[in-house]
Amino acid sequence: MRSKVEVNADQALKVIDLSTTQLIKKFDTDFTQEVIEYASKFFENVENVKSCIQCATCTGSCPSGRETAWRVRKLIRQIQLGLKNAAIRNDVLWDCTTCYTCQERCPRLIPITDIVRAVRNIAVRNGFMLPRHVQVAGLMIKHGHAVPINDEVKAVRKEIGLSELPPTVHSYPDALGEVKKLLDETGFTKLVEEASKGVQK
Amino acid sequence: MSKYAYFLGCLTPNRYPGIEAATIDLLRMFDIELDYMKGTSCCPAPGVFGSFDLETWLTVAARNISIAEEMGRDITLTCNGCFATLQEADHMLKGNRELVKLINNHLSKVGRQYKGTVNVVHVIEILYNEIGPEKIRDRVVQPLDGIKVACHYGCHFLKPSSVRQKGNPENPTMLEELVEAVGATPVEYKDKKMCCGAGGGVRAGKIDVALEMTRKKLDAMIEAGADCITTPCVFCQFQFDQGQTEINNKLGVEKYKVPVVFITQLIGLALGISPRRMGLHRHRIPVKPVLDKIFH
Repeated sequence: MRSKVEVNADQALKVIDLSTTQLIKKFDTDFTQEVIEYASKFFENVENVKSCIQCATCTGSCPSGRETAWRVRKLIRQIQLGLKNAAIRNDVLWDCTTCYTCQERCPRLIPITDIVRAVRNIAVRNGFMLPRHVQVAGLMIKHGHAVPINDEVKAVRKEIGLSELPPTVHSYPDALGEVKKLLDETGFTKLVEEASKGVQK
Repeated sequence: MSKYAYFLGCLTPNRYPGIEAATIDLLRMFDIELDYMKGTSCCPAPGVFGSFDLETWLTVAARNISIAEEMGRDITLTCNGCFATLQEADHMLKGNRELVKLINNHLSKVGRQYKGTVNVVHVIEILYNEIGPEKIRDRVVQPLDGIKVACHYGCHFLKPSSVRQKGNPENPTMLEELVEAVGATPVEYKDKKMCCGAGGGVRAGKIDVALEMTRKKLDAMIEAGADCITTPCVFCQFQFDQGQTEINNKLGVEKYKVPVVFITQLIGLALGISPRRMGLHRHRIPVKPVLDKIFH
């Protein structure tokens, strides 16, 4: 018996051009379901992704798309067709600034930006992470802040009458310990470690 | 007197402490006390850590919220990123028992629990809704007459509207009304609602893309004759302020030098808080031309 997902992909194929059908061999129809299941754990209406008709309201509204090769509707199509590798292995996935303009304007009420975040999660789990993002994650793991304090700002704080160190995890080692423990507990520390080695499952 | 738990995040205390000082002093003038949330971490950033691992993002956000719950106070903050994370995490958890179970299982390992007993309020909501432009106008001692201001809302204050639930995000007026209340003039400019370019991990991961978006906005602001930019988001402030020095260096020009003044700093100027206390002398792009115009 054919799965719902396969039928969905077939329907989608009817409206795309032949050159795209060349890619059929690379289809991983499980990807459609993977994205829907993963994103639905956190967000509502993710199933709507199946209803995209490529109207391009999203792409036409996208400020990043003016500067980059990022085409948000293409990602939605890749999800519909199950083109997992095309979706997660391409660095353009990381050009979205998550401004939510596409999501606000989508006439099919697809939570597009939320889905972008979910697909990025799947990319990271498959070992695809930008090198500079590995560094930022490392700052969080070490300091509990993505942007930790430095000597220059410590001096400014003192100069304007604030405590030299802010009363955040910077001032409370036990609190920082809690954050580190949580990052271990959720598997984040290990996830980043593996992605930084370029582990590609 | 009302009291809020002040969530600092990363950029406010660690890059723009003047925003921290300005916000505390300004709200105190209206009998609103901010109590620091002790031992908080990065919110964590919605487009960065939310893009890496949503479960981790939600867990650390819930830990931060639990600190305000212990204080018994609603949270306020000075960053759209922190707002996006804490408000969305709270919204998600309040509507999803399965998620609460999952997250609280993690939090129990450090002796904490998310209960869902507080709200997350952006500082601009306190300024606009709780205090209001009228009361602010009444307290002006140094009107910002003749100062043209480019308002930049930042994306995550109003979007996604299904989560923020603050109405239509396409044409907000809160910032403009606050700017007018202190005597300054908001200017219209091309692509006003466009992203600053920094969000979603783009500044962290692909700085050239981020700066190109920033430059487009700056060109439009300059064309509109803006004396300064104001924003309710410290991350956007960082992107415009630090970003202009980066753009100038990259392009070998000096044309990008529009001062960036956070909304509480701007109102603070009109209400008599000292520019020094608000750290304005430590911004990357000198704020002096604006101060000279105000205190001529």
